[in-house]
Amino acid sequence: MEHLPVLVVIIPLLTVPLCVLLDHPRLAWLAALASSWLSFAAAVGLVLQVSDTGPISYLLGSWEAPWGIEYRIDVLASYVLLIVTAMAALVLFAARESVRKDIPEARISRFYAAFMLAFAGLAGIVATGDAFNVFVFLEISSLATYALISMGKDRRALSAAFNYLVMGTIGATFILIGIGFLYMMTGTLNMADLAARLPEVADTRTVRAGFAFLAVGIGLKLALFPLHLWLPNAYAYAPCSVTAFLAATATKVAVYLLLRFMLQIFGLDFSLVLMPLDTLLLVLGLIGILSASMVAVYQGNIKRMFAYSSVAQIGYMVLGVGLATTTGITSAILHLFNHALMKGALFLALGGIAYRIGSTTIQDFSGLGRTMPWTMAGIVLGGLSLIGIPSTVGFISKWYLVLATLEEGLWPVALLVLIGSILAVVYIWKLVEAAYFGTPEGNPEIKEAPLSMLVPMWALVGANIYFGIHTDLSVGLASRAAAVLTGGAG
Amino acid sequence: MELPGLYNYWVVVFLMMAGFYVVISQGNLVKKLVGLGLFQASVFILYITVGKVSGGAAPIAVEGITSYSNPLPHVLILTAIVVGVATTAVGLALVVRIYEAYGSVEEDEIHAQDLVEDDISEDPPFTESEVGKQ
Amino acid sequence: MSELQLLTWMPLVPLLATAGVIATDKSPNVREAVTIIAGVILFALVVTLAANIDWDNPTTLVLAEPLPGLRLAFTPEPLGLLFALVASFLWPITTIYSIGYMRSHKEENQTRFYAAFAVSIAAVMGIALSANMLTLFLFYEILTLSTYPLVAHAGNDKARRAGRVYLGILIGTSVGFLLLAMIWTWHVAGTLTFTQGGVFSDEVSPVVLSVLLALYVFGTGKAAVMPFHRWLPAAMVAPTPVSALLHAVAVVKAGVFTILKVSVYIFGIDTIADLAVSDWLVGIAALTIVLASAIALRKDNFKARLAYSTVSQLSYITMGAMLGIAAGAIGGGLHIAMHAFGKITLFFCAGAVFVTAHKSKISELNGIGRRMPWTMGAFAIGAVSMIGVPPFAGFISKWYLVGGALQTEQWIAVGAIVISTLLNAAYFMPIVYAAFFKEEDPQHSHGEHGEAPLPIVLALTVTALATGLIFFFPGVPLTLVDQMVGG
Repeated sequence: MEHLPVLVVIIPLLTVPLCVLLDHPRLAWLAALASSWLSFAAAVGLVLQVSDTGPISYLLGSWEAPWGIEYRIDVLASYVLLIVTAMAALVLFAARESVRKDIPEARISRFYAAFMLAFAGLAGIVATGDAFNVFVFLEISSLATYALISMGKDRRALSAAFNYLVMGTIGATFILIGIGFLYMMTGTLNMADLAARLPEVADTRTVRAGFAFLAVGIGLKLALFPLHLWLPNAYAYAPCSVTAFLAATATKVAVYLLLRFMLQIFGLDFSLVLMPLDTLLLVLGLIGILSASMVAVYQGNIKRMFAYSSVAQIGYMVLGVGLATTTGITSAILHLFNHALMKGALFLALGGIAYRIGSTTIQDFSGLGRTMPWTMAGIVLGGLSLIGIPSTVGFISKWYLVLATLEEGLWPVALLVLIGSILAVVYIWKLVEAAYFGTPEGNPEIKEAPLSMLVPMWALVGANIYFGIHTDLSVGLASRAAAVLTGGAG
Repeated sequence: MELPGLYNYWVVVFLMMAGFYVVISQGNLVKKLVGLGLFQASVFILYITVGKVSGGAAPIAVEGITSYSNPLPHVLILTAIVVGVATTAVGLALVVRIYEAYGSVEEDEIHAQDLVEDDISEDPPFTESEVGKQ
Repeated sequence: MSELQLLTWMPLVPLLATAGVIATDKSPNVREAVTIIAGVILFALVVTLAANIDWDNPTTLVLAEPLPGLRLAFTPEPLGLLFALVASFLWPITTIYSIGYMRSHKEENQTRFYAAFAVSIAAVMGIALSANMLTLFLFYEILTLSTYPLVAHAGNDKARRAGRVYLGILIGTSVGFLLLAMIWTWHVAGTLTFTQGGVFSDEVSPVVLSVLLALYVFGTGKAAVMPFHRWLPAAMVAPTPVSALLHAVAVVKAGVFTILKVSVYIFGIDTIADLAVSDWLVGIAALTIVLASAIALRKDNFKARLAYSTVSQLSYITMGAMLGIAAGAIGGGLHIAMHAFGKITLFFCAGAVFVTAHKSKISELNGIGRRMPWTMGAFAIGAVSMIGVPPFAGFISKWYLVGGALQTEQWIAVGAIVISTLLNAAYFMPIVYAAFFKEEDPQHSHGEHGEAPLPIVLALTVTALATGLIFFFPGVPLTLVDQMVGG
C-alpha cells in the first residue's frame, strides 16, 4: 500500500511498451483498460489513505527530499488523481469500438500506447512534488497528446496538432524558464521546500519574472482566454475518445498546476497581494466565459461547440481561483470534478454519434432524438448539467461560484456568470431542437450507439445526477483541499 | 556584475527573442520548428549558465579543489534537451504528414485549402435570433 | 395512508403515469385511460392529504440534502395544497378534453404529448409541496423543460421559434435572476426554508431586500410580469389542451404561486409592506394588468386574446402579493383557484371552436352560438367570471384584492382593477354577443358543423359548472388561504 503514489503513474507508464510489444489491437486495448482500472483503484486507495492519515510523501529510490524526487499526495492531488484515473478508465472502456472505426488497424496498438503515455504524464504531473519533474511529465503527456490528436480522421487534425505542438511547447518552455528562475533564487526544486524558502526572496525581480513566466506558461496549457486558440481545433478534430479524455482531464491538470504553483508554492500573499494575479484571473475568466460561450453558439460542428464551451468552463474555474477566497477556490476545485463529469459524458455521447453517422455537424443531428434515443437523452442530461439545472453537478458548481462572488460583494460578476449559463442554454438547445424537432434527411437506418459506448456514457450521466444530489464526496474533498491551500498562507 | 559579465544572459535573451520571432513570423512549418528549437536552446543555455560557478571545477571530488560548478542544472538540462529533441521529432513527423495530406508546408496554403473544404462540407453557421435576447 | 406516504405518492403518481403512457404507446385507448386513472388517483390523494392534515405540525419528507442545510424536501402547506387541488382536479378533465381534441385534430406524436403532460403535472406537485426555495426552483425548471416539447409540439418553424422564445425567457429569467436571488438569500439569511413571517433578520438592509424582491418578481418569468410576458402568447402555438391546463393553470400559476410563497414565507407580508420597492412593483403589476388588457382588446386571434387576458389576470396575483397586507395575499391566493376555472373554460371553448368549426379568429364567430350552444354557453359563464360578476368565482378573489388595495390606500392598484374590469368586459362581451345575436357570416363558413365532440363538451361543462359552484361553496379555498397568512 505504501507504493500507491508511484503505482498510479508507473502502471500506465509500463503499459506503454507493453501495448507496443503486443502489437495486437484487441490485446493492447485490454492491457490499457486493465492498467487504467488498476490505476483508478490505486487512486481510490490514495483518496482513502489521504483522508485517513493526511498527506503522503513518497521518496523515489529512497533519496531524501529535497535532494531526491518526492511524490507528494495531499487532498487536492488525490482528488485530481481520482478524476484523471476515473476518466481514463471510463473513456478506455468506451474507446474500443470508436477507435476501431477511427484509426487504421495497424496503428491501433500504438494509439493505445500514446494514450497511456498521455495518461501517465497527467498522473505524474499531479503526483509529483518536484517542480522540474512537473515539466518532464508535462512534456511526456503533451508529446503523446500531439500524436493522439494527429490521429484524427480529418486532415485538419494534423494542422490542429501542429499548432498545439507549437503553442504547447512555448507554454512548457515558459514553465521551464519559470522553474529555472525559482531554482536560481532558492537552490531547490522540491515544491514544499520552494514554498518554505520563497518568502525570504519574494521581493526580487527574478522571482517576479519567474512568476510571470509560470503564469503565462500554465495559462497556455490551461487554455485560459486569450491563450486558448489551440484548443477548439485540437478538440474538434481529434478522435472522439481522445477528445473525451482530454476535455475531462488535460485542462483539469493545468488548473491543478495553477493552484499548486500560484497558491501553494508562491502562496496566496505573493500571488494575489503582491502580484495582481487575482484581478487578472477574474477579468480573463469572465471574458473567457462570455466570449467563448458566445462563439460556441455560432458553431456548426458540435464537437467544436463543446470545445468552446470547455474554454468557457475553464473561465468558471479560473474565476473561482481569482476570487481568492476559500469559497471561491472550493468552487474552482469542485468544478474540476463536475466539469470532468459533464464534458466526459457529452464527448462520449458525441463519440457514439460520430461512430454511427460519421459526422458531428448540427445538420446531421436532425431526427437523432428518435434514432438514437439513449445517446441523445444522455446529451440532454449532460447539457442540463452544463447549464446548471438543480440536481445536477453543474448546479452545485454554479451555486458555490455565485455564492463566492456574492460573499465578496461582486454581484455584477455573479450576474455575468449566470448570463454565461443562459448562453449555454442557447447552444445546448440548438442541439436539442435539431435532434428532437428536426426532420431527418437521408439515412433513416441509423442505429443506437453500441452498448460498450452507452454504458460508460451513462455511468457519467448518472454520476452527473448522483453527485448533484449527494455532494459529500465532491464538496467535502474540494473544501478540504481549498482549506489547505488558503489556510497555509493565512 | 558588469554588463560583459552578463554576456551569457544577453545571448539567452537574443536567442529566445529570435526563436520566438521566427515561430510567430514564419509561415513555413519547418522554419517554425527551427524557431522553436532556437527558443528551447536559449533556455538550455540559461540553465547551464546558472549552474556555472566562476572558477569552479567540474564536480568531481578531488583533493585540493574547493569550488565546484553546480551539476544539478546541467543534469536537468540533459533531460530538457531530450524533451526538445523529442518535440522536434514529433513536430517534423507532423510536418511530413501534413505535406502528404496537403501537398504543402506553407501555413497560408494549408489554411486556404481548409477554407475551401469548409465551404463544401459545412453550411453557414447556424444563427439564433430569438433566444438569448433576454 | 400516512402523510409521509401521501407526500411520496403525489409526485410519483404522475411520473408512473408517464412510464405507463410510454409503455402503452401502441394502444391509444389504454394510454389515455392510464392518464385519466392516474389523474383521479392523484386528485384523491390530494383531497386525502388536505382533509387529514394537521396544520400545527406538518410532516416533512426529505428527499436529499445536496449541500449542508440545503435540502430537497416536501412539506404540505395551505397555498400549495390549494394549487395542487386545482391542478389535480383539472388534469383528468383536461385529459378527457384532450382525447376529443387531439383525435379530431389528428395530431401526431400523441404519446410524447401525454407523457410530457404527465411529467408537467409531477413537476406541479413538486412545486406545490416544496418545503424550500431550492426544491421549488428544481421543479420550476423541470416544469419549464417538460412543457417545452408541448409548446414545440407541432415541430414546424413557427412552433420551434415559439419554443425558443418560451425557453429563452423562462430559463433566462429563472437562471439569471431567480437563481441569483436564491443564492443571495442563502448568503444573507442562511436558509431557504419557507418560514411563516419570513427568513430575514431585522439587520438586513432594506436596499438589499428591495433588490432581492425585484429579482424574485422578475426572475419568476412564469408570472409573466411585463416585460417578461412574451413567452405566454408565444406558447399559444401549442395544442389547445396545453394552453388550457398548462398556460392558463399549471405553468402560469406556478409562477404566481412562487411569488406568493416568496412574499409570504421568504420576506413575510410585513416586510413587504415596509419596503419602498413593493410600491414600484405594485405599479409595474398594475401597468401589466392594464396594458395586457388593452393588447387583448386588439387581438383578433382567439387564443392570443385569451393569452393576453391571462397575462393581465396573473398580475392581479402578483399585485396582491406586493400589497403587503393579508387581504392582498388572500385575494392573490384565491385568484389562483378562481382564475383557473374560468380561464380553462375559455380555452376549452376556443379549442372546441377550432376543432369543430376550424375558426381561430374572433371576427369569424358571428352566430356560432346557435350551432354550438353548450360551448358558447360555457364561454359566457367563463367570461362573466373573468370580469368578476357574481355569482361566479372571479368575484370572490377580486373582492379581496380590491379590499386589500383600499386598505393600503394603493390607489394605483384600485384604479388598475377597475380599468381592467371594464376592459375585460370590453374584450369578452362582444364575443358572447356576436356568437348568440349576430347573423352567421357566410363567407367565413367552413361547412356545416354542430356541437363539439362529446368529450370536449363534457369537459367544458364541468369546468363552467365549477366556476359557478365555487362561488357558493368557497369554504375550502378560503380556509386554506386563511391558513396561509397565519389563520
